[in-house]
Amino acid sequence: MNSELGSTLKRPKRPDKSNHKMESLMGGRRENEKLPFWRRYIFSQDHKVIGIQYGITGLCFLLFGFTLMMLMRWQLAYPGKPLPLIGQFFPETAMISGIMLPEFYNQLGAMHGTIMVFLGVVPLAVGGFGNYFLPLQVGAPDMAFPKLNMVSYWFYFVGGVVMIASFFVPGGAAQSGWTSYPPLADIAPTGQTLWLVGMAFLINSSLLGSLNFIVTTVQLRTEGMSFFRLPFFVWAQFVTAFLLLLAFPPLMAAAVLQLMDRLAHTSFFMPSGLVVAGKVLEASGGGNPLLWQHLFWFLAHPEVYVLILPAMGIVAEIITCNTRKPIYGYKALVYSALFIGFMSFLVWAHHMYLTGMGTKMSAFFQITTMIISIPSVIVLTTMVLTLWGGSIRFNTPMLFAIAFLPMFGIGGLTGLPLGLAAADIHLHDTYYVIGHFHYVVAPGTIFALFAGIYHWFPKITGRRMSETLGKIHFWSSLAFINGIFMPMFLQGLAGVSRRLFDPTQYAHALSTQPLNVFISICAWLLGLAQIPFILNFFGSLFWGRRTGQNPWEATTLEWAAPSPPPHGNFPKPVRVYRGPYEYSAPGRKKDFWPQNALEAD
Amino acid sequence: MSTAVIPYISESHPVTGVTNSKLGTWCFLASEVMLFGGLFSAYVLLRTGTLEWPHGKELLNVPLATVNTLVLITSSVTMVMSWASLVMKSLSRYRFFMGLTILLGLAFLVVKAFEYGHKFQHHLFPSTGTFYAVYFTLTGLHGLHVLGGILVNLYFLVPGSRLWRTNPEQFTGRIECAGLYWHFVDLVWIFLFPVLYLL
Amino acid sequence: MSALSHGGIRRHVRSYIGVFAALAVLTLVTVAVSNLRLAFFFAIAAALLIAVVKASLVAGFFMHLAFERVIIFVLLFFTFLFFLALLILPALS
Repeated sequence: MNSELGSTLKRPKRPDKSNHKMESLMGGRRENEKLPFWRRYIFSQDHKVIGIQYGITGLCFLLFGFTLMMLMRWQLAYPGKPLPLIGQFFPETAMISGIMLPEFYNQLGAMHGTIMVFLGVVPLAVGGFGNYFLPLQVGAPDMAFPKLNMVSYWFYFVGGVVMIASFFVPGGAAQSGWTSYPPLADIAPTGQTLWLVGMAFLINSSLLGSLNFIVTTVQLRTEGMSFFRLPFFVWAQFVTAFLLLLAFPPLMAAAVLQLMDRLAHTSFFMPSGLVVAGKVLEASGGGNPLLWQHLFWFLAHPEVYVLILPAMGIVAEIITCNTRKPIYGYKALVYSALFIGFMSFLVWAHHMYLTGMGTKMSAFFQITTMIISIPSVIVLTTMVLTLWGGSIRFNTPMLFAIAFLPMFGIGGLTGLPLGLAAADIHLHDTYYVIGHFHYVVAPGTIFALFAGIYHWFPKITGRRMSETLGKIHFWSSLAFINGIFMPMFLQGLAGVSRRLFDPTQYAHALSTQPLNVFISICAWLLGLAQIPFILNFFGSLFWGRRTGQNPWEATTLEWAAPSPPPHGNFPKPVRVYRGPYEYSAPGRKKDFWPQNALEAD
Repeated sequence: MSTAVIPYISESHPVTGVTNSKLGTWCFLASEVMLFGGLFSAYVLLRTGTLEWPHGKELLNVPLATVNTLVLITSSVTMVMSWASLVMKSLSRYRFFMGLTILLGLAFLVVKAFEYGHKFQHHLFPSTGTFYAVYFTLTGLHGLHVLGGILVNLYFLVPGSRLWRTNPEQFTGRIECAGLYWHFVDLVWIFLFPVLYLL
Repeated sequence: MSALSHGGIRRHVRSYIGVFAALAVLTLVTVAVSNLRLAFFFAIAAALLIAVVKASLVAGFFMHLAFERVIIFVLLFFTFLFFLALLILPALS
């Protein structure tokens, strides 16, 4: 594939009355430096600035969502006991003398999920890492649509503000789970309306972002960068972009319908004759609550692959770099990612086995669900096999990347009984489910995101993070996160339901209540374990050891740009001559051969 | 103006054969297919889940909607003619056809407003029943898309047309993409009209 | 756009008038067919068939899909697959 970047540097056909210099990539840089501060760093159109904006905002939301969970864990460990020290500062609508109200617990639960998924992980994984590194790794000067990129960040920001604002309206934030099932969500307080409006902004942000990723990957690959020379990180982001593009709109449709139900008093989701607090609800009826579930899960299942694919991409980059070996089975990885993307649209009703669908539909979704587990195993296997015989460097990013493998493995394996309807009858809506999906997202995706931060911090800032603090962060996080989620499988098997305000009200849950205390303590210690990371992150920004262009001796194109890359990314246009993972190529002096290096190097 | 030099804005990529904005517009339209797909799916589920569903003809004004359908189809022709005028290097003819497209779009909305007003006068609201909920929501969202298209076309008629002087190829490409969106909105109506009004 | 010369565009413009006439006729046909009060299944089939023909004309000629590149078709192919899944599967459940 020979995309002729040089052909775009011709003179324009008409006299160019604008100031637009087309002579060199560095022309863009000189223009950029003339811009005022607010246009260069706040309303920037540079994908790197936007990536940092997404990343920092995402990390803040992750911390906030984590805090919500730490509050919930007090109620679960010590139901009905006043929250020490800080309980007194909460308003009467949340806690009375520090004792949590059930409505507030439900708000914490719904918003923890929403914030972590939509405001935390996806913006960091896709908006942050994707925006920053996709153009660099394909050798492009920026994203295809820089203005759209900027707009997508600010839509995300506004959506986030709306979501947080929902805590402060009468009735509080959304409290019907992150899944917002009607009829409950239809009659919930005002916060639910703000949730829907916030989601509308987030969905549109995603839409614009995914457009950019797809067009950039297809059109702006530099000369020599064929599709099968792309780093796996780019493939992962590419498939993720398609999931976001095509799966989000049905949730947009559902949000419009729920807004109509709440504001215009339609009955899209309200069944006839619904009784609320002893009174028959005044609504036209004739609606179907399952309609919401279908539309919601049509998005939310591909959404979980949006959560995991970028993480797999990051882990692949780090493992290959730190084993000094090419990835084992690059083509299998790519085809598996494509297949996962395709299948993810056809499995959604495995979240709905208990809604009374017929055996034929249930069988259909069970089959597709079992099929989709296969490429996930292939991805995991290729990464494990890459380790075999490698010359492994156990630095902090590599520790997180290696830990991802068994953690994602546990998450994936525990998904199997959930994907089979017979076992799901017992496990649906129990803590087993919470354990399953947190294993995939928390010690799975979030560990991969930490790995990405430690790995790419030198590129973004030109400085190294402390290895000591990094290792403390890693080992403590690994220990405590397993302490939180492993016992949840036991609770789930014992039949403890999720979203329970007070588990001690149920006899069958009493036997596992001591586990709740253990889990909560691990959760608070996990919070403390993030302090070394926060100190390391901000401290290294100012006092980290300065580093050069390619401190990890990696092969992909982002390491061919300065640290940090200037506006326009590459001082001279790059050309690609080989695949992305030429580590330890036979007969060469150095154990890595960058994609853009000439034969003689 | 802080963009680095991005290729394939006005000229097609040598392998894919499309410009960035054309590919981007088709991606956007793909997402719109899924948006209206979600709404049509809602219609299918709600209609098949009930024993009684009124005939659109009994409740809605079919002749008026038929006229509206022809209005939208005509606006599609004028839209594509406005692009063709630019290919034939005539800015004045472009302005004529684009202006016509905008007027026809506004006419569509005026007729819709008339239809809605008539319903509201007879105390028929989205909350009246599932059929009306579906009718108002689907045509309402479609109408919002028409409005959005009108605003985009207005921009390209007046301030946006300055680009014709400095970069006519890029401007022609933009009108082609605006046309793709406009035709898509017409496409949705081509399905919405029989489904809601005739079945 | 790169595929269209000045001469080629005139051919396209001539086709637009023909497509417009076909669309107008088909609109009237679909209203006429609905007046026949066919059995429900046939009414839907007829309405959807005519709509698909009209949509194909708009997409093929006005949106130039008949002359478009493979990459757009690939995108639309998968989109329609997922669209059909979304449309049909919930009602079957």
